[in-house]
Amino acid sequence: MGSKGNTHLRLEPISNPTLARTILPPLIALGSTVVIASLLAMIAGANPFSVLGLIVKGAFGSKFAALETLNRATPLIFTGLSVAVAFRAKLWNIGAEAQLYAGAVVTVILGTGALTLPSIALVPFIAACAMIAGAVVLLIPTILKTRFGVDEVVTTLLFNFIFLLFVSMLLEGPLKDPMGMGWPKSARLIPEARLPRILPGLRLHWGFALAILAAIAVWIIQKRTTLGYEMQAVGLNPEAARFAGIPVRAALIKTALLSGGLAALAGFSEVAGLKGSLTLDLSPGFGYTGIIVAMLALLNPLAVIAAALFVAGIFVGADSMSRAAGVPTYLADIMLATALLLMVLAILLTRFRIRRE
Amino acid sequence: MDLIDILLSASFWTATIRIASPLIFATMGELICERAGVLNLGIEGIMVAGAFAGWMAVYSGTGLWTGVAIAMLVGMAFGLLHSLLTVPFGLSQHVVGLGLTLLATSLTYFSYRLALPQVTSPPKIEAFEVLPIPVLSDIPIIGPALFAQTPLTYLAFALVLAVSITLYRTPLGLALRAAGENPAAVAAQGLSVTALRMGAVIVGSGLMAVGGAFLTMSAFDSFFFEMVNGRGWICIALVVFGAWKPGKALMGAVLFAAFDALQIRIQQTPIGANIPYQVFLMMPYFLSIVALVAMSRRAEVPAALMVPFNKGER
Amino acid sequence: MQSNDKAQVVLRLNAITKTFGKLTANDAVSFSLHKGEVIALLGENGAGKTTLMNILFGQYTADSGTVEVFGRPLPPGNPRAALNAGVGMVHQHFTLADNMTVLENIVLGTQPLWRPGFDRTGARARIEKLSADFRLRVDPDARVGTLAVGERQRVEILKALYRDARILILDEPTAVLTPQETDDLFHTLRKAVDLGLSIVFISHKLHEVMAISDRVLILRHGKLVSQVETDQTDRKTLAALMVGAEVEAPKVDPVTPGPALLKLDNVGTPDQGSAPGLKSVTLALRAGQIIGLAGVSGNGQTALAAVIGGLTRPASGKLELDGETPQGWSPIHAVHSGIARIPEDRHKIGTIADFDLTENAILECYQDQPFSKRGWMNWGRARDFTRRIIDTYDVRCPGPSTRIRLLSGGNMQKLILGRVLEPEPRIILANQPVRGLDIGAVTYVQNQLLKARARGAAVLLISEDLDEIMALSDVIHVISEGRLSPGFPRGTMTPAELGVWMAGDGFEGEHSLAS
Repeated sequence: MGSKGNTHLRLEPISNPTLARTILPPLIALGSTVVIASLLAMIAGANPFSVLGLIVKGAFGSKFAALETLNRATPLIFTGLSVAVAFRAKLWNIGAEAQLYAGAVVTVILGTGALTLPSIALVPFIAACAMIAGAVVLLIPTILKTRFGVDEVVTTLLFNFIFLLFVSMLLEGPLKDPMGMGWPKSARLIPEARLPRILPGLRLHWGFALAILAAIAVWIIQKRTTLGYEMQAVGLNPEAARFAGIPVRAALIKTALLSGGLAALAGFSEVAGLKGSLTLDLSPGFGYTGIIVAMLALLNPLAVIAAALFVAGIFVGADSMSRAAGVPTYLADIMLATALLLMVLAILLTRFRIRRE
Repeated sequence: MDLIDILLSASFWTATIRIASPLIFATMGELICERAGVLNLGIEGIMVAGAFAGWMAVYSGTGLWTGVAIAMLVGMAFGLLHSLLTVPFGLSQHVVGLGLTLLATSLTYFSYRLALPQVTSPPKIEAFEVLPIPVLSDIPIIGPALFAQTPLTYLAFALVLAVSITLYRTPLGLALRAAGENPAAVAAQGLSVTALRMGAVIVGSGLMAVGGAFLTMSAFDSFFFEMVNGRGWICIALVVFGAWKPGKALMGAVLFAAFDALQIRIQQTPIGANIPYQVFLMMPYFLSIVALVAMSRRAEVPAALMVPFNKGER
Repeated sequence: MQSNDKAQVVLRLNAITKTFGKLTANDAVSFSLHKGEVIALLGENGAGKTTLMNILFGQYTADSGTVEVFGRPLPPGNPRAALNAGVGMVHQHFTLADNMTVLENIVLGTQPLWRPGFDRTGARARIEKLSADFRLRVDPDARVGTLAVGERQRVEILKALYRDARILILDEPTAVLTPQETDDLFHTLRKAVDLGLSIVFISHKLHEVMAISDRVLILRHGKLVSQVETDQTDRKTLAALMVGAEVEAPKVDPVTPGPALLKLDNVGTPDQGSAPGLKSVTLALRAGQIIGLAGVSGNGQTALAAVIGGLTRPASGKLELDGETPQGWSPIHAVHSGIARIPEDRHKIGTIADFDLTENAILECYQDQPFSKRGWMNWGRARDFTRRIIDTYDVRCPGPSTRIRLLSGGNMQKLILGRVLEPEPRIILANQPVRGLDIGAVTYVQNQLLKARARGAAVLLISEDLDEIMALSDVIHVISEGRLSPGFPRGTMTPAELGVWMAGDGFEGEHSLAS
């Protein structure tokens, strides 16, 4: 240990990075991800080029595929925004999954006939209630953090497990569809509670448009409002923020409300826009994937849209590739995990120079 | 009373210790990482990888102990990746840890599908068998609980002792604790913070993987998707609950396992049958949160936990 | 102490050069140290003293140049090699692990890591012998987290001696000591020299340098500009050499103090770990008056600044503004009451490193018009405000959208000054306002404080530098373990007399009165 002690890496900040310095590392990171995926495809006994081709074709190769990708991207934009908002304030919300289900549960409770209003009033009302539910779910770990100093990473993670079991309980109890033939599944939403399709005949619902609007709204909040300024200050340096008189706790609570609400919209839009009812497999980990989306977007709300499309494309493409080439669909998750790890390293390299000492 | 019957039954305590064993391995692994100053959120994924690697090795024909060693090596490989990114490069331990959990989990599932493309129910292996210790295992109640377990359980308890002695009684442990408290103190005494922290994360990750392997090699005898099911996150809570001390963390793991064993038994009582089973399944996660809140005021967090050390900084 | 020609050279630095980016921290510095000699390395903050010593100790690697210890070259960038060669360093920021005992901190790294256990008995015996030999009193089994600052420094010195250091480097060792503790330290150092050790003493305090050293090396902007025998020089000459020009004490015109703007009446706050809280502090800040707060750091200055700055509320006693107790007390209340707060740590507390100048300039006033209205920011007005600060306060920077981490300490401090002084505050809380600044910036900041005083502001100046306090203050209070001395008008106390209070000895009489 002692003899190795004389070589060290030192990170030296770069004040004026060149264009190459800014662009190359992320490109190399993405390139390496593709190389690693190709290697794994080869190990699985497939031709790497055809596997990559099949992924791209499966994601964007036809109108049907592209719409499928847009549909898959919709919840990811919401959860990606949720994570981006929270992480910017250094509120480590890993619980978007639970908040998503909270939104979905409220949508089912209010949308299956409990309320009969015209669509134009019912849909926004349900969306608002869903957001409140998601906000409350994240509020609990946030208050545990601000009041008791309990790390929110672990509590939000644990809440995901608790909430999924809670949903399971509801689906086998009060929310169970009497016509569901024993399956743990909720009743279907009434037509007035559904998000309509953007164009008749096109399999894309208004949830996607809502997601784009949400991204723009978050962007405006971050750039133009005192709340956005506060959230950023609290994230970068809470001590300095407190000294300057920024209400740190209040800013964290507001961040939590916004973040939880956004994640809940993912659940609302999946149920009201796509599925029409709630099952336990509503989300194949959209909450967790939101973290990757947000990180790939460097926490920028507008970039979240692009990142969500990229991630959704990989998932949709990998599904169709898997059917055609027999390579397990988990290749998509591996690609995303690799992209995430390499990307955080790449971002570091755009800002710092590595020196050996 | 039913409850008294349960608490006095040997099978309850035997189950408690069995449930605690994987948690002990992984909790010790996480504790070592955090004592050196690194939060390892890769724990959940590393446990999945360890569970698969150990099981797959035995399924492919290696001996049981070789399987444990292979699981440990796989965990250490992930630990190496984690520590490379978080220690010399100082990247966010949150992001790297979560990314690593995703990577380890997806690589495991990918490998599983490659190895066993068509199976619907995964094959069982000849797992570790109970090895009763003569005389001691005949003591009522605690005898079977402590001395009629599989060798891996004995190893878990030995591990706590070893970690405790290493941390508090050896020069290495001194250096590790200092690295988590004030890395500058370590550097000023001519030791390498980087080497210490990387070493701790690599060894700690190896232990997490053994904790995962316990599930397939000493409990369920087979590998299922989602079998780790949040145990890694619970272990992180146990480290906090144990105030970063091996002995207290062990107590926490056993206490936690006792609650888990208890809820399974209460489910089967007439009263328990009227409560939705999900309520019982929620209990471990709920208890973990309660433990975190209860300990939050008293906890002695290593001062440099999650603080990267960059020597040339100015 | 002895003539150089007959003594052995124990340490030699040859043309050490080190750059950080564009900054040259050390520029071809060479010198040698002889057995039994004490040399003082004198220079302003930022002159390159600490960098030079960190290179010697292997914590940084020099760009060029070599280090020789006892005639043998030292491999670069390896603290372990430096330790083994007999170099011991007492860092300015202590390198101790608070969760471990004194003994554990001392033996850390002295035994092979893979040994199964360590010999506590032997270690304790050795520590006790060293304590006695060098008059370094400390309990080996105490947890370091519970020790006072002076004791911690003794542990640091013991760490070096335990490793058989023959050369001791002390980086600004007296910054955290009372004058009396400093005397004790000097006794220990003289003892060490008698036992054949050699010492490099880093400081910017002239009287200490004169008291302890045999030879003085002066470092300016990274260059070794002069070497003189201590007995052939005087403080004035050294000061001039250090800053490159004759230093002029700031000119303080007499001003008749006005009414009390802020009053603390028997204010108490709880202790925060090892940092003492306030013990019924009574203090009045008057218009047109600078109150100097002298004291060794860590004696309640932070607690006092926190109360006045709105970060904590008095747990007992009361705070009054213009004779009235304010409704609620927080940083925002403080700012809106016209209190300008210059924080102790401009990097961590005063600014947000990754924010640009504009975002930093409006940190305290972003909620007020015209910078925002009903929650919407007006960035145009914010940038105008920042440009005005940049012009008025001479902040050297590429523009208002530069990230503040790229600015030098002095320019950062000027931005903070602009931020807090632009609204013409009535009360100024200046906590270590010139720490770490070069001489030009120091003069600038001090003159700004005097200007504010001239227009009728009440100023509380907190500083560890007694010279600065004595030069600027109309009234001096001393703080020690959270207790505040009576106010001493300008010119009524000598440094030695203040030192008695700083050590906490002057309070005894008051105590008996109170109880």
